[in-house]
Amino acid sequence: MNPKISVKNLHLHYGDFHALKGVSIEIRPCRVTAIIGPSGCGKSTFLRCLNRMNDTIEGVKTEGLITIDGEEILHTGADLIRLRKKVGMVFQRPNPFPLSIFENVAFGPKLHGVSGPKKGGRAPSLEEIVEKSLRAVNLWDELKDLLKDSALRLSLEQQQRLCIARLLAVNPEVLLMDEPCSALDPVATLRIEELIHEMKKDYTIVIVTHNMQQAARISGETAYFYLGELIEFGRTDRIFTSPEKKETEDYITGRFG
Amino acid sequence: MIRINPRITEKLAFAFLFFSTLLILVPVFLILVLIFKDGLPALSWEFLASYPRLGMRAGGIFPALLGTVYLAAGTLVFSLPIGILGAIYLSEYAKDHGFKRVVEVAIINLAGVPSVVYGLFGLGLFVIFLKFGASLLAGSLTLGIMSLPVIITSTREALGTVPKSFREVSLALGATKWQTIRRAVLPNALPGILTGTILALSRAAGETAPILFTVAAFYLPKLPQSIFDQAMALPYHLYVISTQVPNVKLSIQYGTALVLILLVLAMNIVAIVIRARFRKRKLW
Ligand SMILES: Nc1ncnc2c1ncn2[C@@H]1O[C@H](COP(=O)(O)OP(=O)(O)O)[C@@H](O)[C@H]1O
Ligand SMILES: [Mg+2]
Repeated sequence: MNPKISVKNLHLHYGDFHALKGVSIEIRPCRVTAIIGPSGCGKSTFLRCLNRMNDTIEGVKTEGLITIDGEEILHTGADLIRLRKKVGMVFQRPNPFPLSIFENVAFGPKLHGVSGPKKGGRAPSLEEIVEKSLRAVNLWDELKDLLKDSALRLSLEQQQRLCIARLLAVNPEVLLMDEPCSALDPVATLRIEELIHEMKKDYTIVIVTHNMQQAARISGETAYFYLGELIEFGRTDRIFTSPEKKETEDYITGRFG
Repeated sequence: MIRINPRITEKLAFAFLFFSTLLILVPVFLILVLIFKDGLPALSWEFLASYPRLGMRAGGIFPALLGTVYLAAGTLVFSLPIGILGAIYLSEYAKDHGFKRVVEVAIINLAGVPSVVYGLFGLGLFVIFLKFGASLLAGSLTLGIMSLPVIITSTREALGTVPKSFREVSLALGATKWQTIRRAVLPNALPGILTGTILALSRAAGETAPILFTVAAFYLPKLPQSIFDQAMALPYHLYVISTQVPNVKLSIQYGTALVLILLVLAMNIVAIVIRARFRKRKLW
């Protein structure tokens, strides 16, 4: 099977600081790939290369090759708008806009030119997109009568689901998740994991987590990063039972990190 | 060296700090009391809505009040768009070197220019060189330039309080930078911008020096008909009836001062209310 995302010899510098050192990895479609490693090892930095969010930081230099569906994304002429629609991102802290629930989900579609109700035509209306997205994250039944309420009144778990719905509304293919459960309690964490499990049939998911049980529970492949390098990458069950590298084993067995 | 008991120094420090704070309040209080005491009797609908009579020794202040409102509106028209757009450029687009530094220093200096210098500048540029004459246009432009630093600075502060995560989310959803500013940043900065703008306007409404040579008329028998006409204005009218016209009743002078101060206070209160309501609503 062709990889969805292929990264070759990726280097990234924040000014003089060498944050990613020659990372090469192939990520398969419709799978959950977990990225683990001690804090500061470059997990978020790596993730943010895949939708070029690092471009928003001054003084960042990226070298190497990243292709998504065979298309090179790092060259200067790459269409960032199309890339970011296709490769969406969920952040560490739930971060809804101080708008209504409806307007939060509608934010992306409105950017890309879907407006009010459009009955009859083939393109789905804004209302349909919002409903479909909220259904996909299992929020519709709870919130369908509260769409005009402020999103800030929701629980943290609902907010994070809403943020995922907001993302699904622009029809992404890849979902990048940067420790999406770190602000949530254990019960909410499990429920979000279930959601990730449901979503992987439709989306290629790359998730950063510092929680190894979580990586073991939800991912098909796991990548272990250390000090900006990809130390080991392979099937999650193998990584967690018989890691090839000593560093990986030390980290997984909790001897450091 | 003598060591004073720290309990005593604590009491002394408290006393001095409290006393100093009290001293700040005293002039505010005295100004209000004085002006209200002598001004309130003059205040009436008649006073606000009628023309001055008998060489400004009787009648009302309507043309001056209206002129000040016109000037505030004109100031808004010239300073708000340029101020907000410039602030957005500086905060969101400009790279942190060269040009941006120069503009920042220019803004700081603009804020420090004495208002009478703005007046002379307006006279030289708008009234004489551009041949607008002493007019609402020249006065509004002069006040507009004077208001720019406050509007730019408060807009930049307001933009800075919008969480970075809003911008990130918007960009990550495929928004362009401008879409992000329009839809994710500006709506959340608006109350701050509004507050700063109103404060700038309230200052502009009370200034005398910048309008002295650019628009303000000693006395006009009729209202301005276009932006190229002179106008009367409250601060200058107050100056005129207090120093240039003999035998004006005290109540008329203080009544005029009261209207001016109430106008400015009202604007400041609106600004404070906007800010307070926004603080309450803000949950992030
Ligand atoms: N904007 C930045 N500027 C400079 N250094 C950064 C920046 N962001 C991250 N870093 C550094 O890069 C390294 C990797 O950071 P990050 O990718 O956030 O790590 P992780 O997500 O694995 O905890 C850290 O040492 C961090 O200090
Ligand atoms: Mg991180």
